[in-house]
Amino acid sequence: MPDGFALPCRLGIVATVLLLTGCGGESDPRSAVGIGGQTGQELAADQTLHVGNYAEPQTLDPHRAEGVPASNILRDLYEGLTSEAPDGAVVPGVAASWEVSADGRVYTFRLRDDARWSNGDPVTAEDFVYGFRRTVNPATLSHYSSILEPIDNAAAIIAGEQPPETLGVEAVDAHTLVIRLTGPTPYLPGLLNHSTTYPVHRRSVEEHGNRFARPGQLIGNGAYRLAEWNVQSHIKLVRNEHYWDDKATTIDTVFYYPIENQDTELKRFRADELDITNDIPYQQLNWIRENLGSDLVVSAYLGSYYFGYNVTRPPFKGNAKLRRALSLAVDRDIITERITNAGEIPAYGWVPPVTGYPPAEPEWAGWTQAERNAEARQLYAQAGYSAERPLTVEILYNTSENHKRTSVAIASMWKETLGVETKLLNQEWKVFLDTRRRKETTEVFRAGWIGDYNDAFSFSQLMHSANEMNHAGYASPAYDALIDSAASEQNTDVRAAILARAEAQLLEDMPIIPVYFYVSKHLVKQWVGGRRPNIMDHHYTKNFYILEH
Amino acid sequence: MNAPAHPTTGRSLWRDAWTVLRRNRAAVTALVILVVLTVVVVVAPWFSGHSIDATDWDHISVPPSWTGGHWFGTDGLGRDLFVRTLHGGRVSLLVGIVATLVSLVIGVTYGAISGYAGGRVDQVMMRIVDILYALPFMFLVILLMVFFGRSIVLIFVAIGAINWLDMARIVRGQALSLKNREFIEAARAGGVSPARIIRRHVVPNLLGVVVIYITLTIPQVILVESFLSFLGLGVQEPMTSWGALVNEGAQEMENAPWMLIFPALFLTITLFCFNFVGDGLRDALDPRDRGAAS
Amino acid sequence: MLKFVVRRLLSAIPTLLILIALAFCLIRLAPGGPFDGEKQLPPEIEANLRAAYHLDEPLYRQFGRYMANLARGDFGPSFQYRDFSVTELIRSGFPVSLKLGGLAMLLALLIGVTAGSVAALRQNSLIDHGVMTTAMIGISIPNFVVAPLLILVFAVGLRWLPAGGLGDGSPRHLVLPVIALALPQVAYIARLTRGSMIEVLRSPFIRTARAQGLSMRRIMVLHALKPTLLPVVSYLGPATAAVVTGSVVIEQIFGVPGLGRYFVQGALNRDYTLVMGVVVFYGTLIIVFNFLVDLIYGWLDPRVRP
Repeated sequence: MPDGFALPCRLGIVATVLLLTGCGGESDPRSAVGIGGQTGQELAADQTLHVGNYAEPQTLDPHRAEGVPASNILRDLYEGLTSEAPDGAVVPGVAASWEVSADGRVYTFRLRDDARWSNGDPVTAEDFVYGFRRTVNPATLSHYSSILEPIDNAAAIIAGEQPPETLGVEAVDAHTLVIRLTGPTPYLPGLLNHSTTYPVHRRSVEEHGNRFARPGQLIGNGAYRLAEWNVQSHIKLVRNEHYWDDKATTIDTVFYYPIENQDTELKRFRADELDITNDIPYQQLNWIRENLGSDLVVSAYLGSYYFGYNVTRPPFKGNAKLRRALSLAVDRDIITERITNAGEIPAYGWVPPVTGYPPAEPEWAGWTQAERNAEARQLYAQAGYSAERPLTVEILYNTSENHKRTSVAIASMWKETLGVETKLLNQEWKVFLDTRRRKETTEVFRAGWIGDYNDAFSFSQLMHSANEMNHAGYASPAYDALIDSAASEQNTDVRAAILARAEAQLLEDMPIIPVYFYVSKHLVKQWVGGRRPNIMDHHYTKNFYILEH
Repeated sequence: MNAPAHPTTGRSLWRDAWTVLRRNRAAVTALVILVVLTVVVVVAPWFSGHSIDATDWDHISVPPSWTGGHWFGTDGLGRDLFVRTLHGGRVSLLVGIVATLVSLVIGVTYGAISGYAGGRVDQVMMRIVDILYALPFMFLVILLMVFFGRSIVLIFVAIGAINWLDMARIVRGQALSLKNREFIEAARAGGVSPARIIRRHVVPNLLGVVVIYITLTIPQVILVESFLSFLGLGVQEPMTSWGALVNEGAQEMENAPWMLIFPALFLTITLFCFNFVGDGLRDALDPRDRGAAS
Repeated sequence: MLKFVVRRLLSAIPTLLILIALAFCLIRLAPGGPFDGEKQLPPEIEANLRAAYHLDEPLYRQFGRYMANLARGDFGPSFQYRDFSVTELIRSGFPVSLKLGGLAMLLALLIGVTAGSVAALRQNSLIDHGVMTTAMIGISIPNFVVAPLLILVFAVGLRWLPAGGLGDGSPRHLVLPVIALALPQVAYIARLTRGSMIEVLRSPFIRTARAQGLSMRRIMVLHALKPTLLPVVSYLGPATAAVVTGSVVIEQIFGVPGLGRYFVQGALNRDYTLVMGVVVFYGTLIIVFNFLVDLIYGWLDPRVRP
């Protein structure tokens, strides 16, 4: 992540809504990319991959894990019912195919019968049932179990009101699994490659308890198995010869390095110690373009970078004009072209471009910045402020070079356009979270949100008044009603239209300042093949190969 | 302690020191540079046409040039580095001095009381120092940053408040050896109160150590501040410090070397000069106590 | 002698106890908790977590529990590294920091004492000024500037050495971090040695020795070196304890898996047990090293022998 400590959970799910319906055919990702022959290059003898992975995963227990670094590794160690193609499309995983009931509430999965654990045991529907129940069981202490709340009874089990056995997941036979939902959840197949849905090997979990996820103990069903875990140094995975698709796997060994300092990561990439970096330092972007341009891979990423107003307190409480004025006065083009400059998309709305969703862009998105500034000045005056009586406001952001630069820029724009006196307040991450959540002293705060699944709902639900993450304190009955009705809507087009209306309402009330939609940025050596950028930035080592170099 | 066996006033001590120090060319040069630097840092920003927080979107990361108006170039937000470097100097020097003075006041008071009182009181007071010594400095500093994150001055008052341990130990040692001297005993026999004895006789005799301590502690504190900037816990924008500037510059040492070179030069020269002056003073004032103060 | 050792060790126990209590309270006073993250946890999940880690108990009970575990040598589970106990983290991090820090201190001692002695012997000569100026540069440039510079030159540019990590543990990986760690220490030790040596050389017993016609080399090795090292040794105690527990700057820049980052990460992540673990570990080391310093002092300077 660009934001240092801030790791907006990039946990991931790609649910390409359109793909959901007909998922029968198997696809071999490699055939699309073409090893060797097509490019005329030979595979390297040493198929070892070195990947920068930002931070040490908190755990490799898929049900208790959270955050991008852990998810990246877990995708290699485990396989869910569904998986993702290199371009992010949802493809069959352990489930070879599935059917959806007419009301969209019951999914029936047929598991492939050649799926094996890394010790050779067969992977059965029972293993999945055990895994799902373990995630929602309060005793497991999963940080992310709430993502399974669309499943029948999940919410009540998580709250400790019902036993885990009542969860709406059932093994009909060894290779048939049924999942019952509380409402139609069109993004479910995408959700099913999230680590909370991975199966775990019951016997080893029961033997080693909550600390089974260590070398020599962890038994997974993914393309790789855990060979070494040297905290703060590296995690080493080697291929799992029991994996059902092992013959199509090329990379033999993969090392994940926890490197938080992007400058260090860049240097290690330049010294050929890394094949893929987790990120790049923004400040050196121009240098990288000039010197490592062909290694730079930038692509759209499912995330929204924004600033929020605390609408529960003055001056922003009940003052939509002022909120609009300040938002209009932010020149997104300058921020995305001069400050971040990696290809971020200027944001005028809240939901990033997702599949099957018509974005609700406000009218002023099409204006020039001069027009926006003129409107901003008018609104600012109408809100009762002037050069003699300027607004004094504080921007709260957490410690990070990028947030600092963006906040400084916004302060400077407000001062220039409106004469607003801005104070910048940088707080250490945990203090920042605490301050922001309390909503007592905060006025304007920095925030970012990365979608959990490729669906507008992952963003829309955040601004619901009941959401813990709604840091602005935005509480609009109209907005809440729209979100609630979308959750139970079966028709995907109608559902998308409802969500778009909600977004339009949000942009009318303007409790946030959308700034830009994220991009993912990596350096990838030319000899790494089989890797394609995708909007969730999810990658599977089994699809990669290393060319002779 | 090389101080005369009679109570000395600050003035004569300063005169002695000055005489010896003047002979040390390196120290004198360093002192002159420090004075000039301080004046420049305080005065020069007023004469520059740029302000510390004005962003210039058309001049982002431009190299230094005399004709372009940005003598030290600009940073990644198009802000003038000359003004920022000098402003950063104000902050760095200020925090160095404030923290050092705070630690000095606490350290001298604590050490003098402990040494003069002796016995049980001394034992307990020194045990407290031992405990604080065993707490990792970094742990305390980070906690203080978390507690007082809103104000850099408070932070450095706090850093001063945990940095006094060395001073307390030195002063205690000196006070212990002083208190049985004839002139102190005479004063005590004459009915002078302990507080007055400490103030009038013990503390002035410690001036030598104190001055050395100041010149060697200020650069240390400035380095601590730069370390905090490395962790991202430094001053609030748009304010800056040499440490913060050097840290920003270090991340761009290849593509915008001027962002590192100018602030690093100022920082290094300042630390250098303080250390030279400190060493010179030590030679001048206190040849036998070398080492204890570092 | 034995009585002295026992007394010192016994007197360290209350110091440690107060230290632990102090650190325990301080870290819990910090705003935010171990379970705060960008993704706010639903209240019932957070309540479960707090109960599982006994954070819902009154503070004195938590402290009692902590002390009871500590007495058994158990530092508790880490909040952040959920698959590891703090004891395991220290056990894996400390050898790395010890190796790097120990080598750095050794290097610094060798170079620092030599350079300082040479400078003292040639006081106010060109060599003296050269050595002292170099030493001051070593103190005056922050190591977060020196370290990336070293990587840029020797790893990225010349490709002589690796840019980071410990790799297979070969000595090549240690070179740059050890140099970066040693640099400021060389500077401090050289200055201390020089100052102390000048004073010793001025003392009557050295003058007597010289008057008796002993060679300078003989005087240096037999008579001058031991007293010269006194202030160096008292500096080395706490400095070594600090260096062998790791440096967050060096570890971050070189990607080395040492202990140093846990002081910062533990505090920033409110990983109560982890930060307590390293603080207690560090405090114990400081006490042990100060004790060692006293012993060495006694050996170097018979007057203070206990």
